[in-house]
Amino acid sequence: MFRYSLAAIAAAAAMLVAPIDASAQQTLAQVKARGSLNCQVGLPTPGFYALSAAGVWSGMDVDMCRAVAAAIFDDPAKVQYQSVTSAVRFTALANGESDMLSRTTTWTAVRDTQLGLEFAGVNFYDGQGFLVSKASGITSARGLDGATICVLTGTTTELNLADYFRANRMTFTPVTNENVNVLVETYLGGGCDAYTNDKSSLAARRSAFPSPNDYVILPETISKEPLGPVVRHGDNNWGDIVRWVLFGMIEAEEMGVSSANVTEMLASPSPGIRRLLGNEGNIGEGMGLPKDFMVRVLRHLGNYGEVYERNVGVNTAVGIPRAGSLNALWNNGGILYPMPFR
Amino acid sequence: MTTPILSNATARAIFYQALTVLGVVLLFWYTITNTVENMSQRGMSAGFDFLDVSAGFGIGFKLIDYREGDSYLRVFEVGIANTLLVAVIGIALATVIGLVVGLARLSGNWLISTIARWYIEMLRNTPLLLQIIAWYFGVFNLLPRPRDSVEWGGLFFLNNRGFYLPSPEPGQGFGLTLIALAAGIAAAFVVRAHARQRLFETGKLPRVIPAMIALVILPALLVFALTGQPLAWNVPVLRGFNFQGGTSVPPSFCALIIALSIYTSCFIAEIIRSGIQSVSHGQTEAARALGVKPSRTMRYIILPQAMRVIIPPLISQYLNLTKNSSLAIAIGFPDLVSVWMNTSLNQSGRAIPIVAMTMGFYCAVSLAVSLVMNRYNRRAMLSER
Repeated sequence: MFRYSLAAIAAAAAMLVAPIDASAQQTLAQVKARGSLNCQVGLPTPGFYALSAAGVWSGMDVDMCRAVAAAIFDDPAKVQYQSVTSAVRFTALANGESDMLSRTTTWTAVRDTQLGLEFAGVNFYDGQGFLVSKASGITSARGLDGATICVLTGTTTELNLADYFRANRMTFTPVTNENVNVLVETYLGGGCDAYTNDKSSLAARRSAFPSPNDYVILPETISKEPLGPVVRHGDNNWGDIVRWVLFGMIEAEEMGVSSANVTEMLASPSPGIRRLLGNEGNIGEGMGLPKDFMVRVLRHLGNYGEVYERNVGVNTAVGIPRAGSLNALWNNGGILYPMPFR
Repeated sequence: MTTPILSNATARAIFYQALTVLGVVLLFWYTITNTVENMSQRGMSAGFDFLDVSAGFGIGFKLIDYREGDSYLRVFEVGIANTLLVAVIGIALATVIGLVVGLARLSGNWLISTIARWYIEMLRNTPLLLQIIAWYFGVFNLLPRPRDSVEWGGLFFLNNRGFYLPSPEPGQGFGLTLIALAAGIAAAFVVRAHARQRLFETGKLPRVIPAMIALVILPALLVFALTGQPLAWNVPVLRGFNFQGGTSVPPSFCALIIALSIYTSCFIAEIIRSGIQSVSHGQTEAARALGVKPSRTMRYIILPQAMRVIIPPLISQYLNLTKNSSLAIAIGFPDLVSVWMNTSLNQSGRAIPIVAMTMGFYCAVSLAVSLVMNRYNRRAMLSER
């Protein structure tokens, strides 16, 4: 809360006096020298960056951090997690505190071009929706005219919300907070008629409500929210590493390589699998990683499908169905389409 | 005989001052150029060009007009207006509560002074942030939903979306009533000045207060009736999700104002108590010996002398309250820090210009408040004999 604002000031102040950093291209070397990856996630959220009672991080986005650490160190545990509010996420990345950011962040033009950031890809296609209580009797977002709506401040969600109501000539009163936990508490206390966020996040939050079945997510999706990992602008090699670890995990699912069969697949004659696992070509070495970096990732984390089902799939508390959604593979009705691994 | 330039005190003083100025200028120059260079190296844009860009997010409470399509500059203004509103109302409330509690603390009645003491000790020894959150979640967020609002006479409504009250809507010719009111107030002042003159000349204080009240109210009421009562009240009505019409303030505003003014009132109460106790008891005894009434003793003898002790720390408390209002961010009240240094900073990504503008604002407000209070302090000091 307040200390995060202080962090923003400290970050800005650091930029005032810090000497000019000439080693923008050295992220990989710095990570190796440090012996761990500084990976930024958000305030604990089920499914994406959840924190267990024992202090262990897990989730879709946490697995992205772990995959990059596995590719570099062959050890997914070599990650220092930084949990900060949405409001200071980009400052913390831009000034070098974090090596990468993996925390349901939407890829937008302004963020990509004006904030010194580089989006490495998309690991979850999402869209914004509204959560209301069943008792309210609301069945459509069009029925929200005049409503009070809880929204996380400093997010694209906040802008989409205003756009949607403007476009449909409706009015609303926002109740904002930068801390998602405070906001949800306000919503559950009856401070708002609806809570808006990315639909995946609504499902994740609802799973932790005292009585999840009393709440319903409205059918409308009011925005495109491609969520993915982000790195600093200027270190293209580092961006490549994050991007191709992500593509590699999707490619592995497409080729049927998983954590269970990766050892057997090393003997596969298929040229595509041989390239993915580093038996052919030098994709890993070109980025400063060993040839078999994807073997490491797959052995520790598994492919994209495994990561999805483990964290947010239908068998988890979050329970977001994958089949038929945007997040299915491109040859399976979705739009998840990894660039060719060759 | 002239002293050599090096041992001339004036020349040396000028030299060192020039050196200091040069050092400060160089430091600023280094900081600014280094920042700009650092930012451009990281692909971040500096500068204030984003101020004209449409902000695109909604603000939950605004004193001045704002729509989602308005510019960032407008957001800055909305934030300033909200912060100043909190500061002004907070300072007024804190002063009134502080004065009452401070006097209660000095009361000869054991029960009153003990209650006042407990009030002060409990509230000033817990963190303000905690109190703000406690008021928000413990009180205002737990109020009934709009349909079951607490209501007073069908005019005022309190629920977990805020406090709703009727707003006046002046019609044509209402200006005349205001003019009559102003004239009445001016006339009342003339009567008061006349009464004072009589007091100094004859030593008797004529009873003028009823006449003054009549002068203020009657002409205004008369004009108001003659012009056909050109004032309508916009009463809030429950429609759809919530009350429409009238004026309203959100729960976060209520929680913030109450927490800030109660917390600050404890310090003000102690300041007032110490100020009054600093006036020697002999003054009270002398006044009593001369037959001055106790109420007048406080007003004309004790308080004027206590003021010179009270004002300097009081200035600090007013400044503290203004700056503490930035804790609004914890409960999402859209004050300057919340809408500008948090939301706008994050939406536009222009950390440095935004932080600089915010700091500039708080600095300007604090300096302005202390300027006004210092003026007043100088006047209060003169009354010491």
